[in-house]
Parts: sequence; C-alpha cells; structure tokens
Amino acid sequence: MTTNPLDADRPPELPRPRRGGGRGGGRGRHRRDESLMVPDVQFESYYGRQVVKPAPWKADIPAYIFLGGIAGGSSLIGAGGAVTGRPALRRTGRYAALAGVALGGLALVHDLGRPERALNMLRTVKLTSPMSVGSWILTAFGGFAGVSMLCEVGRSLPDQRSWLARALRAAEPPATIGSAAFALPLASYTAVLLSDTATPTWRESYRGLPFVFVGSANAAAAGLALITTPADQNRPARRLAAIGAGVELGAAEWMHHDMHPLVAEPLRQGRAGVMLRASRVLTTAGALGATLLGRNRVGAGISGAALIAGSALTRFGVFEAGLASARDPKYTVTPQRERRDQRRREP
Amino acid sequence: MGYWTNQLSGPTNPTTDSGWDDPPARKGFFTDTSICIGCKACEVACKEWNAIPEDGLDLLGSSYDNTGSLGASTLRQVAFIEQSGDRIAQARESGGRLVDLGMPAMRPADGPSPELVGQAATAVAEGEVPDFRWLMSSDVCKHCTHAGCLDVCPTGALFRTEFGTVVVQPDVCNGCGYCVPACPFGVIERREQDHFEAGTPNLGVAQKCTLCYDRLTDDQTPACAQACPTTSIKFGDLDDMVASAEERVETLHANGYTEARLYGTDRHDGVGGTGSVFLLLDEPEVYGLPPDPQVPTAELPAMFRQAGLAAVAMLVMAVGAFAGRRR
Ligand code: SF4
Ligand code: SF4
Ligand code: SF4
Repeated sequence: MTTNPLDADRPPELPRPRRGGGRGGGRGRHRRDESLMVPDVQFESYYGRQVVKPAPWKADIPAYIFLGGIAGGSSLIGAGGAVTGRPALRRTGRYAALAGVALGGLALVHDLGRPERALNMLRTVKLTSPMSVGSWILTAFGGFAGVSMLCEVGRSLPDQRSWLARALRAAEPPATIGSAAFALPLASYTAVLLSDTATPTWRESYRGLPFVFVGSANAAAAGLALITTPADQNRPARRLAAIGAGVELGAAEWMHHDMHPLVAEPLRQGRAGVMLRASRVLTTAGALGATLLGRNRVGAGISGAALIAGSALTRFGVFEAGLASARDPKYTVTPQRERRDQRRREP
Repeated sequence: MGYWTNQLSGPTNPTTDSGWDDPPARKGFFTDTSICIGCKACEVACKEWNAIPEDGLDLLGSSYDNTGSLGASTLRQVAFIEQSGDRIAQARESGGRLVDLGMPAMRPADGPSPELVGQAATAVAEGEVPDFRWLMSSDVCKHCTHAGCLDVCPTGALFRTEFGTVVVQPDVCNGCGYCVPACPFGVIERREQDHFEAGTPNLGVAQKCTLCYDRLTDDQTPACAQACPTTSIKFGDLDDMVASAEERVETLHANGYTEARLYGTDRHDGVGGTGSVFLLLDEPEVYGLPPDPQVPTAELPAMFRQAGLAAVAMLVMAVGAFAGRRR
C-alpha cells in the first residue's frame, strides 16, 4: 500500500458488507475490518458486484414448476386409475391435472413483464429455448388434460346414450394417452429451464435436477391423491408416494455430490438451505407416513399434505439457491477461473 | 457436419447461420481501455440517442462509477477501479505469465518474444511500476457469436441482424425475462414496471445495446463510438477490430506493459468469440467480467438428454406404483 499525507485525514473504513463477496472463496464468515485483513484474495471482484444477473422471476416461477409437476404426476395417476379401473384415482387425477396446469399457466402469465403478450410464446417453435419448448408442452398437455376432464364429466351425464356422452367416451383413450405422454416432459423440462442459464447453481445441477423434479412431482401428486381418495383405493398412491419421495431424496443427494462443491454451497445455506432441509424432513415424513399410516384416512391425508409441502419447498429452495448463486460473484468467477487455468495447464 | 456442430458453440459466422444471404461484414467494437479517460461521453451519448429514461441518481461509493452495472437503462457503463502499486505489479505479472504461455491472442506473429518478457520483469524489478493507477473501461453488450440471450428467447423477440449483432424487438418481447439469467456477461435486463412512472417506453421489456441498429442501417457510427473523444471505443468490421486489438496489445507488450491482454478475441472460447472485443489491463473479473464465459446452450443437448431420462424414470415410477396386486 502507498501512503501520502492525505491518507491521515481519511475517515475510518466503514464495514462494506458486499465488498467481501469476491474474496476468500467461501472462507471468512466473520468479516473483519478490511484494512486489517491479511490479503487472502483469490480474485478481485468489481466492488463485490454480481457478474451475471439473477433471473427477474418472482415466486410465480417456482410455484409454476411445482404446479406443473403436480399436474403431470396427477395426470399419470388419472391414467393409471383409468387403465386399472380405480375410479377414485382416475377422477382425482384428471381434475388435479387440469387444475394444476391451469393455475400454473396463470402463474406464468402473471410473471411476464407484459402479460397481455402471453400468446407471443406461441409465435415460434425454438428448440434452443427450453421456455419455447415448454410452452408447447404446456399447451399440448393443457389440451389433453382439458379433454380428459370433459370425459370425466361425460361419465356422469344422465343419458349415457346421447351423442355427447358417446363422443366423450370415444375421446377418452386418446386424451388419457396424450395427457400421460405430455405429463412426462412437463414435469422434467422445468429442470432444463433453470439449467440452461448462466446462473451457476442451476447450470451446474443439470445432471441431477431433472430426476429431483420428477421424483418430487410424483411425490406431490401422490400426496394429493392420498388426500382426495378413500383409503381402500389409494394403494398406488401410497406406493407412488414412497417411490417418488425416494427418487427425489436420492437424486438430490447424488446431485449435491456431483456438483462443484463451491457451486453446491447455496443449496445448503441461507433461505434456500432452510427450505431444502425442511423439504427433506417433510418428504421423508410424508413417505413414511404414507407407507405406515396410508390405510387410515386421516394418516393418509396428513402424509399427503407433508409430501405436497415438501415438493413445493424443493422447488422454492432450488429456485432461491440459484438466485443467491447469481448474486455473489464468487460462484461465477471461481469455477470459471479453475476451468480456464486447467485448460491453460493442459492445452 | 461442421455447420451443425458449431451451431451451439465454437467459431462460426452467426449472420449466415441465422439465414442472412450475402450479409455485410460483421460489425463490432474494439474497446481499448488503456486509453479510456473515464469521461463517460459514451454513457451519455447512448442514453441520449436511445432516449433511455433516468434510472436513479445514486452515489455508489465505488470510485467515480455511480452507474453500477449494465442494465435495462444502462447500455454503456464506464467502470472505475483504483489500484495501488502492488496490484499493478500483480496485474503485470499475471499478464506476463500469459505472454509466457503464448496465449493465442497475445502472441506476436513471430512467437512470444523473450526480450519482451524480460523488459516487463525489469520494469517490475526496477520499480517502474507506478504507485497508483485508475483503470477505466467502458463496458457494453458483447454481441456474442453464440448469444445465450438470443438462444433462449421463446418469442423470437431477440434476433440476429445482418450486421451479426443481437437486438431485441421491443414490440415482440413479452417480458418473460429468460434472456436475463441466460446472458453469461450479465448484460441484458428487463425494465421493471415498478421503478418507472407509467408511460415510460418499453416497460416490462428486455433491453440491451442494439449496437445502434438504427444508425448502422444508415451507415452511421454508433452513438457511443462517435462520442468517444479518445478513440478508446473503436467501431468497424469485426475482423479489423480484432486485428487492431492484436496490434495494440503487441505494442503495449513491446513497451513493457505486460498487463495488457485481450478479452473476447478468441473464437474458440465459450461463446465463440464476442462482437465487442476489449483490451484490458488486469484480469477480467477485476472489471466485473467473467473470466471464462460459456454460453449456457452449449450444454443444452446434454440437458435435454438428462430430462428425457428423467421423464422415462417418471413413467417407470408410475407404472411400478400401479403394478402388482389390486387394492
Ligand atoms: S453479452 Fe449477453 S446480452 Fe449481449 S449478446 Fe451476449 S448473451 Fe446477449
Ligand atoms: S424477455 Fe423478451 S427478449 Fe428476453 S427472452 Fe423473454 S421474450 Fe425474449
Ligand atoms: S452501440 Fe448504441 S446502443 Fe450500444 S452502447 Fe453504443 S450507443 Fe448504446
């Protein structure tokens, strides 16, 4: 450091909370006076400011990811119920699929900067844009889910020999197949939506995140079915709850280990860490509850609610972790420097 | 084959790739930060020409930079960094290592010259490093060869112009905001409704530098480059820009300024090279630039493959749940 006579007149250094963002690569939770600090600089950031911008999305987007997941899982339960002749599961699955996709769609539109231009989403088909691909998946799924729901209504028309009832019966198999087919990408593409960004934690999680999301989708849909179906018909829901929760928890564990340790850090700390820990507890409890108490109506309902809450917290936690990773430059700069230095060592 | 493999990453001509027949030469900037004086004429000219609304008057406590960062209402931003002698020596040394390595963009035509490295070492050793310096750099959208913002835009509002630049059509953009996290440089941003009074143009819509598309179509120089009094911002055909950047960095190296280095000129980097290239005097992150940017879509096929496997897993889970004995 250089000194000149004027330095003596400088006011004392104020603590600058964000300034340390770029330093120390995760070390130094307690910020000391900057001027006393031994330079343990790993990189110099621009005043600790973010390098990439966090997505401008509000809670609508994780809510949509959650609702899309529950809609997709429910549609599978509805289709399973239709194929294996379980009317309660069929009914609840179909209604939940349509309700989920409708609410999810509304959340998406609400998050737009210009909601009145929502239909511009269908202006083109663009394979490099997961959001464009997703808009088409959502539209197709919504169509099939809508027809499935109408078919369900058609089953309770008083005159089953009217042309309307017969038309709806004819439409039922294709609608069921279609909604089940589009349910799968609907629940998994949202992981690509997050990963195909420069947001460090989302991008780095791309190998495991789709598995976390589909497990979570199935667990949440099973949870909803546990709440809405009588106990004597809920065996598939109980099993799906356990399988889905198991896949979600296992995939999340694997994902953490698969990621660059620094970039996985936002998943463990702060608000995101709290949400994801709560999600693990609720999902585990819900799966255990569904397995052990699922034959009891009340036990099934409580377990179902825990699974739904766990699934929602997973989505909000992952979402929040990504935003946090974009705000702190160390998550962007450190892995990039490592990658670059690696390349320079072995060209 | 080469065409297809280079659509998501690697060197390519983005203009013809996007379907322009016989386009003019790709245009770009060369921002030479070694002669920037931090006058902010570019910032002002850009604001004026593009009629950008005022977005807050704050003192940020970061040297003379009270703009903060590029964003929806800041398409040019001049960064200010104050450095003491030890930081300058570090920058000179890290740049010297690059010269040693013979980085593609840094290498004089006849290979890295030993005297040059020697000169720099002597300069450091003999204390020819000044004890203070101000880094100033006018940042702007990079108009990437593989632009994350453009790749992910679901509406087609972002498009590639005949000049190889990337521009938002504000009347098409629905403000989905996807381009914002997709830009590896943190450039593009949505103009949020709540920060401005009603009636401000382009509210809720993504905004970024257009490389003055409206001026280029009339054979004019972009407002920022035209206003720059020191020619720190140079505008022209991208090939010429890269050539003059390489020439300039060689000159600086020859004079012992090994801290000089180029940014964005490598067509084999993670974004296929940028349309705005820079000459920097320290590591990119010091200026708030990512050291090794990568377009997110480069890995999109792998991402879709994982999602496809997960979709199959989802189906298997459901079939497993319904299989077996009834009740
Ligand atoms: S720098 Fe960002 S906003 Fe500019 S073209 Fe590249 S990806 Fe798009
Ligand atoms: S905000 Fe506008 S420009 Fe950006 S991705 Fe969405 S539609 Fe495209
Ligand atoms: S090219 Fe035009 S829009 Fe871009 S920074 Fe310069 S003046 Fe602004």
